[in-house]
Order: sequence, then C-alpha cells, then structure tokens
Amino acid sequence: MSGAALSEGAAGTASAPAPAIEVSGMRIRIALGDTSFTVVDDMSFAVAPGETLCIVGESGCGKSMTALALLRLLPQGARIDRGAIRLGETDILELGERAVEDLRGNRIAMIFQEPLTALNPVMTVGAQIAEAVARHRGGTRRKAWAAAVEALRGVQMPDAERRAKQYPHELSGGMRQRAMIALALCCAPSVIVADEPTTALDVTVQAQILGLMADLQRRSGTALLLITHDLSVVAETADRVIVMYAGRRVEEAGITDLFDEPLHPYTRGLMGAIPRGAAAGKRLTDIPGTVPALWDLPAGCAFAPRCPLATPRCKIERPPLEEHRPGHFAACWEIDHAG
Amino acid sequence: MLDDAMAPPPAPLLSVRGLKVHFPIRQGVFQRQVGAVRAVDGVSFDIGRAETLGLVGESGCGKSTTGLALTGLVPLTDGEVTFDGARVGSETGRDLARFRQRMQIVFQDPFSSLNPRQRVRDILRAPLEIHRIGTTAERREAVFAMMNRVGLRPDQAENYPHQFSGGQRQRIGIARALMLNPDVIICDEPVSALDVSVQAQILNLLEDLQDELGVAFLFISHDLGVVEHISNRVAVMYLGKIVEMARREALFAAPAHPYSELLLGSTPSLDPRRRHRFSAGFEDVPSATAKPSGCAFRTRCPLADERCRAEEPALSPRADGRLLACHHR
Repeated sequence: MSGAALSEGAAGTASAPAPAIEVSGMRIRIALGDTSFTVVDDMSFAVAPGETLCIVGESGCGKSMTALALLRLLPQGARIDRGAIRLGETDILELGERAVEDLRGNRIAMIFQEPLTALNPVMTVGAQIAEAVARHRGGTRRKAWAAAVEALRGVQMPDAERRAKQYPHELSGGMRQRAMIALALCCAPSVIVADEPTTALDVTVQAQILGLMADLQRRSGTALLLITHDLSVVAETADRVIVMYAGRRVEEAGITDLFDEPLHPYTRGLMGAIPRGAAAGKRLTDIPGTVPALWDLPAGCAFAPRCPLATPRCKIERPPLEEHRPGHFAACWEIDHAG
Repeated sequence: MLDDAMAPPPAPLLSVRGLKVHFPIRQGVFQRQVGAVRAVDGVSFDIGRAETLGLVGESGCGKSTTGLALTGLVPLTDGEVTFDGARVGSETGRDLARFRQRMQIVFQDPFSSLNPRQRVRDILRAPLEIHRIGTTAERREAVFAMMNRVGLRPDQAENYPHQFSGGQRQRIGIARALMLNPDVIICDEPVSALDVSVQAQILNLLEDLQDELGVAFLFISHDLGVVEHISNRVAVMYLGKIVEMARREALFAAPAHPYSELLLGSTPSLDPRRRHRFSAGFEDVPSATAKPSGCAFRTRCPLADERCRAEEPALSPRADGRLLACHHR
C-alpha cells in the first residue's frame, strides 16, 4: 500500500531514491474523558527528496493531526497507536523524547500557519534561529548568530542584520513567515512539514512565499509535505496529492492526473465548489450537508451521506483505497459507474 | 443590466460619495491626537437594485471599514450617502430606524457575530421586536418561514448557536439580516471562514435570495475567485481608495490598474500545467498609517515615475466604461 505514495514513474525503477520520510499504516486516536475515537486511520505515504506531497482536505479531516504526528507534536490526549514513521533509517515512533528533540528542527522541521503564535514573542527572531542552530550544531554564540543572519538572508529578508534583532511583533506578516521559514531551514532538514503556510497571508504576499518555498526547495532538495485546504495552492505546488476526508485518504494521484480526472466524488465535488473564472456567474456545485463528526462516523464510506452516487452498499461497507489508473488511487465503490 | 461602470441605473438605490473614515492616533499622557489613520479616504460608488457590487482588496485596504461605516457601526468622518433618493445621516429617530431596516449586514465570523446565549428563534425575532413589526404569532411564523427559506429546519429554532456548524451559523446570520426585508445587505467576508464545500452552499443561497427578493449586495471579500463569481461590478481598493471599478467581465479579462494586475497575477491558478513562477522577492507593503505621497501604489508599481510621487491620480472614466485611478493607463 505504501507503493501508492511513491512518485509517478519512480515505483519499480532501480534508481528510485529512498524516501526522505515514509509513513505506513498510521492511526491516531484521541481520548476525551471516557470516550476515544480515531481521527486519522490507515495513513500511508512517502515523500522523496525534492518532492512535494500535498495533503488537501477540509477542516477536521485529520490533515493537521497527520502533520503534527510526523514531528511527534500531537496535543495531549492524542496518540499514534498503529503504524510507523520512518525518517531515513530512523523510526520516529521508537525514539525517546530527547532523541525526538534532536531530530526536530534538525532533520525534520515544521512551518506553521500563524507565525505570530508559532514564534516566541519575547525573543528576537535572530535569537530564536541562533538557539536552534546552537542546539543542533553547537559552536560559539557568535557563529550561531552569524548562521541566523545568513538564514534570514537565505529567505530574502530585507536588511537581515537589523531584522534579526527585532521581535516578531515588529515584523509584517510576510516578514514573520519568512522568519519562520528561515527557522525551519537553518539546520538544512531533509523533510519540511508546512501546515497551511500561506493561509493567513494576503494573496500578493502568499505569491511571494510560494515563490520562495519553490526556490528554496529547488536549491536544497528538501522533501516537502504541504498541508492545505486550498486546491489552487495544490495546483501551484504539488508533485503528488492526497485528498483526505474524515480521517482517511479518499484519493491519491500525481498532480496532473488529479486535476485532469478526479475520481472520487468528494474530490469532484470540491473542484466544482471552487468559484472560478470560466464558470463565473454559473451555479456552483455544492456538496450538501457537512463533514461528519469523527466520533460519530457512519459505518460504511464516511462520504456516503453527502454523496450523489451513494448506494446501499456504500452505507454498510467501507471502500478500500485501490489503484484505478496507474498511480491513481481512490476509495470508492462507484468510480467505474461515475463516467 | 448595467451598461457602464459608474452611473448604472438612472437612480441608484444606494449612492456613496466621498466617504471618509479616519481614526485618530493618540499619544502621550494627555492622549493628544498626533495623526490619523485614513482607513477610508474618499470612496464613491453606486449600487443598483438587485445588483451585486464586489469590493475587493487586501487586509488594511479599508473595505470592511467601508461596510461598517455604511451601516453606522463606525462613524463617518466625511462623505455623503444617499439611499433611495434620500440623504442619509441627517435623520434621527424614526427615519434612522427606517433606513436601518432597509440596510443590513452579514459578518465574516458566524461564531462571534451571534449571541451564544440566545436561541435561534430569539436571534431571528430580535429585529422584528426592535422595529415593532407584527404580533407575537406573526413573528413566530416569520421566524419559521425564514429558517425554511435559508435552509434551516424550523425544529432547530430552540437551539443555541454552538449547536450548529459554521455553515449553518452563517445561514442564521443571513436569516437575521433578511428578517426586515432589506433592500441592501452588506456582506462582509461572509464565506471566508467556511470550508469550500460549505462556501459554495452559502454563495448559491445568496444568489437564490437575490433572484427571489431583489436584494442588492455590497460584497466585501479578499477572495478574487469569490468576487468574480458573485459580482456584477467590482471595485478594487488599495489603502483607503478605489483604484479601479469595472464590470466583472471587463476587470477579470483585462485588469487596467497595475494593482489589479498584481492581485490577479498573484492568485494561484487551478491548472497545474500553467503554474505561475511566483517571484520570491520581498516587497515592502505600506500601511494606511504611513501612506506614500501621490499615488499610494507607486512604491510597488513598475510604472511609477515622478508624476506618481507628486500627484495623486483621480478615479476617472475610460473609453470602455471603467473607472481608473492611474496616470499611465
């Protein structure tokens, strides 16, 4: 099943690069008082060096939980009770807390949506980056500071030396996001997890940050896992895409396959729901109803109650994620009837 | 329906001229005013009956403040608002109440704009009570009818806002705005907090309501896709001013102002084969507290020259009917 996650054409060839990160059969459960429920189930994927994998879905689909799990940053009450996460040769789930701290910010780093809450408000941005450098690379304070300023230059922060001495609140939203990217990149990680990195930004600033991330990835060959709700961000950035619904993968494909021929009715619904030029003024195809509560999922396919193609079978039996076209996977009983 | 950008029907329903909202900047022990944030700095537009005017721009451009000023939720510094032929602003008491009946607002955040301690029926009944419309029984009926109209079940009337999803809460917000049968609704980012599948439901609902009830919308949003979808005409705002206003098709087919161009060019496409190659370069974006002289966009504009620094371009009509504030276009 994890073969699903390798990039197109890479599967089966001898020279396929080893994935920078590989997740297999991961399940995340949340315990709330006496009850517990699954928020992410049967999650598997791999991201190769230099590759961008996007996980797209709406609120509550489990995409952010997946991101946090990779850095073992799950909130209290949530835990991974099945599966494995391999970063290179290391199984992250086998490590003690101290060993995980050695990896975090070093071999795997995270970019959050809201830099104002993710950055420490009482430390200058330079000091935060220098701290990370010193923690993972050692060396003198002076060297760490120089590396921090260099990291800020690397993300094209204007006037990097002066900005390094400023606090997060003194920077604009776009500059703060650049500072957070510098912090994530300062130790040259092999994997970056970016959770909605441009969602809080204005569209002109979003364009700059997307441009910056593409540039940096081209140069460094980092594996990028990008979590987003926005299919247009996916279209601009991804090599491969996983569409999540109610904690599970419902579709997985190479970027052009997904946009040329979305297979799952949920993916099709999402694409029809986006207001866009060509169809301006035409009625949008909305998906009736809302996302089900994760503690109250229907027995069969979680999308069945909102699905135009649902049959009695869909309500009883959950469809497995299957390869319907080469490299193109979907979890739906009705795909071949969908036309 | 409308033939050019500025002077649509003979008598527009809502006409705004030279709207200004300035907030004082105070400093020191005595809180002396040392300056002003010119959040909205001379905005003019018309809205016709059953028309949707999109107001688009990035954070801090003054689009939301414009909406709040029109509904009286922030005081106007200057400007003239005419509603259905009558000047607004001079009236008090009953006239003011009557005006407010006819112009309502829907807010972005369906979580904070509904009183968490009121049941839906109370939220929807409040406008009728405030304006003393109908008997108790009639109000009850009106609440149920409106809930049906916006896609809520009447048996949910006893529920509290937290028992609804985000999309349902926005339906409550829309129902509340419609209770008084207004002529204009200011929609301030009404779908920005919603997931895309639910956003489509709400956009479709707004369009249905417009078709049935003939209500006009001032649709404020940062999302160009949404604005393109729902608007008849679009006004682009930058640092407190409208820099371009045109029919929807004209604006999106060929934006004329360099800022409109930048906005459209920064919007990610939905076609992975035609990706933008966005520039990574940093760009300093000025704010309303420190506006550049002359044309406010000149610091980011590839066409800017001496004249743009010295002289502010006026919003003026072009041959194709659009309004534009640029020395070079």
